[in-house]
Parts: sequence; structure tokens; C-alpha cells
Amino acid sequence: MSFDVHEYYSKLNGGDVLVAFKGSVTTDLINNILEEIEEKMESADEQAKVRKKVYNVLVESLQNLYHHVEELPEHLKNDFESKFGILVVSREKEAYKISTGNFITSEKIKFLKDKIDKINSLSKDELKDMYKFILNHQKLSAKGGGGLGLVDIARKTGNKLEYTFQHYQDDYYFFNLDVFINEEN
Amino acid sequence: MEPISIEGTPKTPSVKFDAATGNIEIKGRSIPENSIEFYKPLVDWLEEYAKGPMDKTTVNVQLEYFNTSSSKCILDVFKKLEAIHKAKNEVIINWYYEEDDEDMLEAGEDYESIIRVPFKMIEIVE
Repeated sequence: MSFDVHEYYSKLNGGDVLVAFKGSVTTDLINNILEEIEEKMESADEQAKVRKKVYNVLVESLQNLYHHVEELPEHLKNDFESKFGILVVSREKEAYKISTGNFITSEKIKFLKDKIDKINSLSKDELKDMYKFILNHQKLSAKGGGGLGLVDIARKTGNKLEYTFQHYQDDYYFFNLDVFINEEN
Repeated sequence: MEPISIEGTPKTPSVKFDAATGNIEIKGRSIPENSIEFYKPLVDWLEEYAKGPMDKTTVNVQLEYFNTSSSKCILDVFKKLEAIHKAKNEVIINWYYEEDDEDMLEAGEDYESIIRVPFKMIEIVE
């Protein structure tokens, strides 16, 4: 059975949600979400330190989506808009949780999974070294991505990146990433 | 050389580059989806400036947020400044960070460890 993206989104959008979105990931959308989260966190009187971390991690998460969403072929599109992605920012216990999701083709899974597993295996200092190495040695892609987003997220949150790949149809999977920012950081 | 003066936006910083004074300033937020477009003219300007820089170039970087796409472009800016410094001109980079913003301080220290130019870390206390 193929993974039910809409049901997954509904579940995510159930708790103490600050911002939730599913649909086309565009520059305008990113701008709106960033503006909204900034207003909400300011009015929630959250510590500046935590506020900044959430904002930073959200910028990277959204831009990762923007650069990496995979288009579904026509016959699998159903009710999914082009550049389809999901984002939910919520609060869970003592943390902010940023969940993102997008389609991905099977041949990209190994690269992404290896990258995340590698990041999750590193200590704080090792992450710093990895960040500096990529910063200094890797060229920016034409899309403007630099392969630094996930490393930066792991460094700033100090938490492991949690992920799943769920089979959708044919060669297409849905990639879910959950990132946690502790309130007492 | 014509100075550069760009107003800040919610996603791009304000920029003031002045060859006549040797003052270089980048301030605000740098979180565009594609940062190359924004930074290319700045890097080009510095390349030109490097041909006849002032005895002393003072660089003030005061960023509230910057994304990883910008981080590479900022490194490119610093590499141009490193070349000016290497050619026996005085260059100082003042890296400002807000009180308690350890991530921004650490980001400055990352650059300091890569670029051979004197850095000064300056905490902004409200």
C-alpha cells in the first residue's frame, strides 16, 4: 500500500502547532512562513536564544525543501501540487519540533541516508570540523545549495536528525525529517 | 571606484563598501534562497578594490541571521580580503554578535580559523 501523505500531515498537524503547511514550496511561501513564525515566537515571549535557533533551523529546513523537492510524474500526481512539500512547526514537551516532508526518487535515498547517518554519528567538535571542511572545499551548486544545511541544523540543535523514507508509488518515496530544538539550550 | 550602497531587506543585508575610506560594512539578515546573485557584485567589487586598496581596510560584519547558502559567499568575500592582507595591507574584520548568541560567535570563529586576517569578536550588549 502506498504511504498516505495527507493522513501523515493531518497527524502532524494535531498537537500544539505554530505553523503548518502542505503544498507548493515557493519563495513567497517561505517568506510568509518565516514572517509568521517570527511574530508568533515574539508574542509567545520565548527566550531570544531559542527564538533565533528555531528561526535559523526553519530557514535551513525550508530552503532544503525548496531546493530538493522532487516533482512527481503526471500519472502519480493525483492531488499533489507541483513542488509539493509539507512543513509543521509544533511544540512537544520541552522542545520545538520542525517536521518537513517531500517526495524523493529511490536512487537518491542512499546518498541522503548515508549523509544523515554520518551526521548523527558525529560529536559536536566533529560536526564543526565537517562544517568547516564543506564550507571551505565545496562549491555552491547552481541552485545555491552547498550541502551544509543538514550539518548546520545538527550543529545548532545539538540533537540527532530523525527521519523515515516511506514508499509512495513506483520509484517514489516520501522523505520525512524531524528536527528538535530544546527549549533549555 | 564607485562605492556600493545597498539597502537591507528582510532576506538580504544592507551593504556599504567605500574605497575612499576603506570601510566595508555588511549588516542585517542574509537568508536568500540563492545567495550567489546577491554576493557576486560584492566579490567583484573587492577584486577591483584589491588592485589599489587603502593602507587600512576596516570590515564590519554585523549579521542577525545568515543561511548556509550565504555562508559560502561570505567566505568568498573574506578570501578577497585575505588577498589584500597578504599583499601587505592592513585589514581588520570586526565580527559582531548579539549577547548570548553563541551560534553567531562560533560562526565568526569558524571564519577566523579559515581566513588569515585578524578578526575581532565584538559582543553587542543591549
